[in-house]
Amino acid sequence: MDQDSNPKRTGVTRRGLLAGSAATVALANAHALADPATPSPAPAPATVPVSLNVNGTKHSLKLDPRVTLLDALRERLGLTGTKKGCDHGQCGACTVHVNGTRINSCLSLAVMHEGDEITTIEGLGLPGNLHPMQAAFVKHDGFQCGYCTPGQICSSVAMLKEFDQGVPSNVTEDLENIVFSDEEVRERMSGNICRCAAYPNIVAAIREVHGGGVA
Amino acid sequence: MMKFDTPAGPNPTDKLKVLDKPYDRIDGPLKVSGQAPYAYEYQDAAPNAAYGVVVTSTIGKGRIDTIDTSDAERAPGVLMVMTHLNAPKQNDRGSPQLQGAEIKQYGQAVALVVANTFEQATAAAQMLHIGYSQEKGRFSLDLLKDGELSQRAGNVDMGDFAGAFAGAPAKVDVTYTTPNQSHAMMEPHASTAVWHGDKLTLYLAHQVMHWVTSGVAGTIGIPEANIRAVSAYVGGGFGSKLVIYADAILASLAARKLGRPVKIALTRGQIFNHTTHRAQTMQHLRLAAGRDGKLVAVGHATYTGDQPGGGGEHASGQTKLLYAGKNRLIQTYLAELDLPKAGAMRAPGEAVGLLALENAMDELAEQLDMDPVELRVVNDIQYDPEVGPDRPFSERKLVQCLRTGAERFGWSKRNPKPGQVRDGQWLVGMGVSAGIRGNPVTASGTRVTLRPDGTVLVESAMTDIGTGSYTINAQTAAEMLGVPMAAVEVRLGDSALPRASGSGGSWGANSSTSGTYAACWLLRRMLAEKAGFDPEQAQFADGAIAAGDKRVALKSLVGGSPVTAVDSIEFGDLTKKYAQASFGAHFAEVGVDMHTGEPRVRRLLSVCSIGRVLNPKTARSQCLGGMTMGVGSALMEDLIVDPRFGYFVNHDMAEYQVPVHADIPDLDVVFLEGEDNKSSPMKARGVGELGICGVGAAVTNAIYNACGVRVRDYPATMDKILAGLMT
Repeated sequence: MDQDSNPKRTGVTRRGLLAGSAATVALANAHALADPATPSPAPAPATVPVSLNVNGTKHSLKLDPRVTLLDALRERLGLTGTKKGCDHGQCGACTVHVNGTRINSCLSLAVMHEGDEITTIEGLGLPGNLHPMQAAFVKHDGFQCGYCTPGQICSSVAMLKEFDQGVPSNVTEDLENIVFSDEEVRERMSGNICRCAAYPNIVAAIREVHGGGVA
Repeated sequence: MMKFDTPAGPNPTDKLKVLDKPYDRIDGPLKVSGQAPYAYEYQDAAPNAAYGVVVTSTIGKGRIDTIDTSDAERAPGVLMVMTHLNAPKQNDRGSPQLQGAEIKQYGQAVALVVANTFEQATAAAQMLHIGYSQEKGRFSLDLLKDGELSQRAGNVDMGDFAGAFAGAPAKVDVTYTTPNQSHAMMEPHASTAVWHGDKLTLYLAHQVMHWVTSGVAGTIGIPEANIRAVSAYVGGGFGSKLVIYADAILASLAARKLGRPVKIALTRGQIFNHTTHRAQTMQHLRLAAGRDGKLVAVGHATYTGDQPGGGGEHASGQTKLLYAGKNRLIQTYLAELDLPKAGAMRAPGEAVGLLALENAMDELAEQLDMDPVELRVVNDIQYDPEVGPDRPFSERKLVQCLRTGAERFGWSKRNPKPGQVRDGQWLVGMGVSAGIRGNPVTASGTRVTLRPDGTVLVESAMTDIGTGSYTINAQTAAEMLGVPMAAVEVRLGDSALPRASGSGGSWGANSSTSGTYAACWLLRRMLAEKAGFDPEQAQFADGAIAAGDKRVALKSLVGGSPVTAVDSIEFGDLTKKYAQASFGAHFAEVGVDMHTGEPRVRRLLSVCSIGRVLNPKTARSQCLGGMTMGVGSALMEDLIVDPRFGYFVNHDMAEYQVPVHADIPDLDVVFLEGEDNKSSPMKARGVGELGICGVGAAVTNAIYNACGVRVRDYPATMDKILAGLMT
């Protein structure tokens, strides 16, 4: 670690530019850095119409184009089962299915999904009528705090379909013959972080559902 | 009020019809379907909430010279901008926000922007123009090791440490470092504040409800009775959510000012610098033993740092209790730093103290040419080594943990000479560590209601942060009242309910179920009296109360209105009379890639002694979590300080690396049978932190055994291992 607290010694870096390299730092952020005297910003952005098919129901919305798919689900449609863990595509808590494929909904703008079929955790199953993967998570204790759980489950369900479709992973040995294994599951699920670390139990739940077991 | 001040005798929990059974979590269906509401999700209670976004300081120490809010205030949808220039005055005691121009840490709140939508607030938060004067801060422990240090309380100087150390035939004198670490729980800190007149309801992510009511009330200057705190579901805490941050205070103040609910979530990037972290340590270990392996000198000095008034990381604490040895020098030194404030993170003290102590024990074993398991066995002690036999352990089965684990893990196959076992490109080794975690308990209350339909409602301000509190409190009530689990409903995480222990320090399960036990005893007495039975003789089973050959269904005692009992447990001085701790032994098998130095955990076993196991399924999950966090501390977790600005530069979930699925194999957990009647009427001890206590050292000891590289600066990343392989 560089223990010299004098920023001048470190040369010019992006971080240095943003945070300032002199004793007085006049500016707090990149926008301001570009032109601190910028007058009042642009007026309210126009909304954009978009229709989303969420869990089988069509929703016609007018959205600020900056709204992510995640925030559209949570804050506009009240579907708070999909979680915001990092808002950066780094944790996987916001995983949903778009036309059957798992994505991080925080990395996608809602207006990009005109007409798309979106499935969230609420669409997979609800108490009393749980999806087999949801039931297997309960049986195997594949969660603790529950916050990453909807993302883990959405990811698991789509991941098993990827096996069926012959999609390889980084640990696939033979592209012609993709074999289900714990190692494959762990690799393919590594985009979903669980800090409570129910990982072995999540793998057990997935193993059971893949094997046709219904919890 | 039930006082627990003498060891528990036989009691109704001993039936173990419901307790000690692996019930699924009763909150499981809600969590797996996304129906459990977290702090930012109270849309029914706050349907028109405005969105707050906190702006945080971009310097580590200095002052705000100028702050221009005009652009932000004119931005679309903005309802208010709060800075230190217009924030309401708050009390120093508590968690005041925006109270002046002084910047004490990077990530300190410097403004709040509230708008109609999240997008508007986020955009406007970028439009503040803030001028800072930056001052030179103290950001590195290295700079301060010989400088301004204060001793922390609890230091021990016993016998003749220097003489014993000098004269011993075998000794190690080594220094380890552990970095700053982050809790990185999955749910960001968040608050939704709703005022009704002068009453505030605060939905937030917190571990202890009455700390919220007292802390927020104290800060913003309203009566504690006017605040209701709700944390029905908490998306992980690990200590981070023991503290009140800007989201709670600023949401409360802004909502009051606007006359409209306000909700705020810290961004993931803000969390790493605005909230607490586990402080870095330097640990100087001096262990000396006779040829028989018995320790004659135990020395552990920790150097750590924190902001003025803070505590740093007390990493020497466990060394006071873990091993025998007559001559002891155990110290913690504290330096003042200007980094973000340190705080408790899962097993504060032990989690990183054992990384160093248990590595040093491994080094000592090698020097003695002694098996590391045997070294720990010969140094077992059944009483507090500082006090003597007058303070025995309530239950200490460390040796049994070690023996059981060694047998199960196949420890006898370990080659004591490093670098001898190959599996293809992998050098393979085994390591062991002892584990210890103190067993704090604290007062806790519960309300139990028998309803006319024969079902039971259990209510408490206790929280469930993933620990299983809902489930084990249901099990406790079902056991005590003789009703099936399906007949028990549990409501937690609401300060309007009886004050409870909350979650932290491994005290939650033991304390809160003891509170439920107390309330159930009171309810049993009330019901027995209604039935005309002697409360001491009455048996509760199968939904009925019985004495002799008389039997009355509980339902028939209720009539039209429910029967409610409220009681709490208070703990006496048994934790003083008896040393109390949970114990474990951890065994790791690690492969090290001989070409790259990459370490991979192949097998991991924890054998745990936690008294009675309340629910083996949820207790095992607690251990899995601790073990995995232990692997993280050993191999990857490292908050890196940028010494120019005094902040943690890797402030996101990709750069602050925590274990993911691919890092963690199947893990093995064994609970020793036992019960601890000095700990609580439940006869249980804490389990939530035991898993992390020692696991990391077992992993790094296995790395050494695999390849002969001893990394003394945590984490043991592949670059450090590779450097060792090449020398």
